[in-house]
Amino acid sequence: MTTAVPGLIRPSSIRPRVIGVGGAVRSVGAFLLVLVVLAAVWELAKAIGGVPWRDFLGSPIDPPWNPPLRIKQLNDQNLPHVWDVATAFFQPATRNSPHSLGAILIDAAVFTGRSAFAGFVIGGIFGTALAVIFVHSRLLERALVPYVIASQTVPIVALAPMVVLWIGRDWTSVALVSAYLTFFPVTIAGIRGLASPDPRALDLMRTYAADPWRVLWKVRFPAAMPYFFTAFKIAATASVVGAIVGEEPTGIRGGLGRAILQFNEQYITGPEKLWATVLASAALGIVFFGAVRVVELVVFRNRQAVIEA
Amino acid sequence: MSERASIVDVQQVEKRFEGAGATTVALQGINLTIGSREFVSLIGPSGCGKSTLLRLVADLTAPSAGQITINGKTAPRARMDRDYGMVFQAPVLFDWRTIDENVQLPLEVMGVPRAARRKRSVEMLSLVELSEFSRHHPWQLSGGMQQRAAIARALAFEPKLLLMDEPFGALDEMTRERMNDELLRIWERTGTTVVFVTHSIPEAVFLSSSVVVMSARPGRITHTIEIDLPRPRTDATRETEQYFSLITQVREALRAGQGPIAPEAAL
Ligand SMILES: Nc1ncnc2c1ncn2[C@@H]1O[C@H](COP(=O)(O)OP(=O)(O)O)[C@@H](O)[C@H]1O
Ligand SMILES: [Mg+2]
Repeated sequence: MTTAVPGLIRPSSIRPRVIGVGGAVRSVGAFLLVLVVLAAVWELAKAIGGVPWRDFLGSPIDPPWNPPLRIKQLNDQNLPHVWDVATAFFQPATRNSPHSLGAILIDAAVFTGRSAFAGFVIGGIFGTALAVIFVHSRLLERALVPYVIASQTVPIVALAPMVVLWIGRDWTSVALVSAYLTFFPVTIAGIRGLASPDPRALDLMRTYAADPWRVLWKVRFPAAMPYFFTAFKIAATASVVGAIVGEEPTGIRGGLGRAILQFNEQYITGPEKLWATVLASAALGIVFFGAVRVVELVVFRNRQAVIEA
Repeated sequence: MSERASIVDVQQVEKRFEGAGATTVALQGINLTIGSREFVSLIGPSGCGKSTLLRLVADLTAPSAGQITINGKTAPRARMDRDYGMVFQAPVLFDWRTIDENVQLPLEVMGVPRAARRKRSVEMLSLVELSEFSRHHPWQLSGGMQQRAAIARALAFEPKLLLMDEPFGALDEMTRERMNDELLRIWERTGTTVVFVTHSIPEAVFLSSSVVVMSARPGRITHTIEIDLPRPRTDATRETEQYFSLITQVREALRAGQGPIAPEAAL
């Protein structure tokens, strides 16, 4: 009887795979390709206007190439060579430091990453809880959502020192600052997502005399997952930004925020160190984003439509 | 309609929708008694309140006036007791669940233990002939198969009453006839009472023990036509004289209910 049915019958082994191992390899490949292109454009710009042009060994005495133009923004002080930034990772962080800059930045990224992860989790849980409350109470939604929005207009640099006063000068303060930035997208997307089920799906649950709790777990949360994951991806990068910015005005040591301040002060003598730190910060954000994306792919492995990154 | 115990009893029901400024009288003076194991179809022009009547019985909306009794209980009580199963025009299956898991959903909500749930789902899927597709996800099935899964889900907790709102409305004619055959087979095997909304006259006649004809603005019941075609009904039934004459009878009742185009409608 099944053969007579028109439509979408497929062999039972078929699972719509949104992205497989091949897809992941292609994504990483494309990312690396763009990185190479960016580096090439960067060096091309320096070859055109970066006076004086130095080679790998940094020798300015006998320049192998004279750029035709002299553009201030492209000189070694403002835009160090790609290879200078790259080799900076392997050189001592400061003149007498026993550790390479790379080792120090990895430590700093782990430190900041810990705060950011804690902030992401706290913000994610708090943001989800708010969305759940708002979806069940129009009154609370109307009353509180404006404050949720207003909370995001407060400059984090003004807030962070206050948090340190309340909580103390350690990484938990940083995590809270990070959570402050991460809960917002989760709440806003969560309200949409939890309200997204088809009214007939809610009617169906009503015919089962399902209590709100069951409706939440069996219909609202699963339906909201694409919305939540979109928010989690935003929150993942926001949590890293929040942690770095949270470290800066609070003087907390050991993280990327502190490293950025320090290498900013030493910019004249070693601009490539600040650039390397910026790259390390970006890499941390990408790792966070990628981790959420991987979890998303696992959660959605059986769903037809996955919202693309 | 029947001397047997009534499953659904609708008395003097009215339903108004208060809109901005305007009030729609969706249903007025509705009386309907449906006995155990009957198969009753509601038919009428679009907007005459068929869905609204079904939703009233299901306690998805409350009547503006009148009384609705199901199994001797109020509609809300019957809903809380899970006395009925509902099938909508769209299958409303959850994408993130397999067909098997979709069928188990009402049982999960009702706290049935896992083993019993599984067993029941296997039975229901074999009843609607979807056993091989139990591990598929809804989007891997055709529209007709999805609707069968929705029926299996509605029957999973053995409700005495099945409420169906144009369940086959989106299907092509061929598939619809096959689904009708299957629905009758299921109905005969499970011994449920069915209230079935449709806008297809042949479908109503083929399936029903009686057809309730409604008219619009305000929605009312104008005729009730007993369908005494012998059972079991098969493809051969669709070619009998009696079948065609009943179709004509329902068509005329529908036309009579609509009446001439009312002059005030031209406003
Ligand atoms: N929730 C609602 N709010 C306002 N009007 C409604 C609502 N539901 C139905 N109606 C109105 O009630 C009438 C009957 O609708 P419905 O029961 O859906 O008709 P049918 O199913 O027979 O096509 C229509 O005029 C429709 O516009
Ligand atoms: Mg309808």
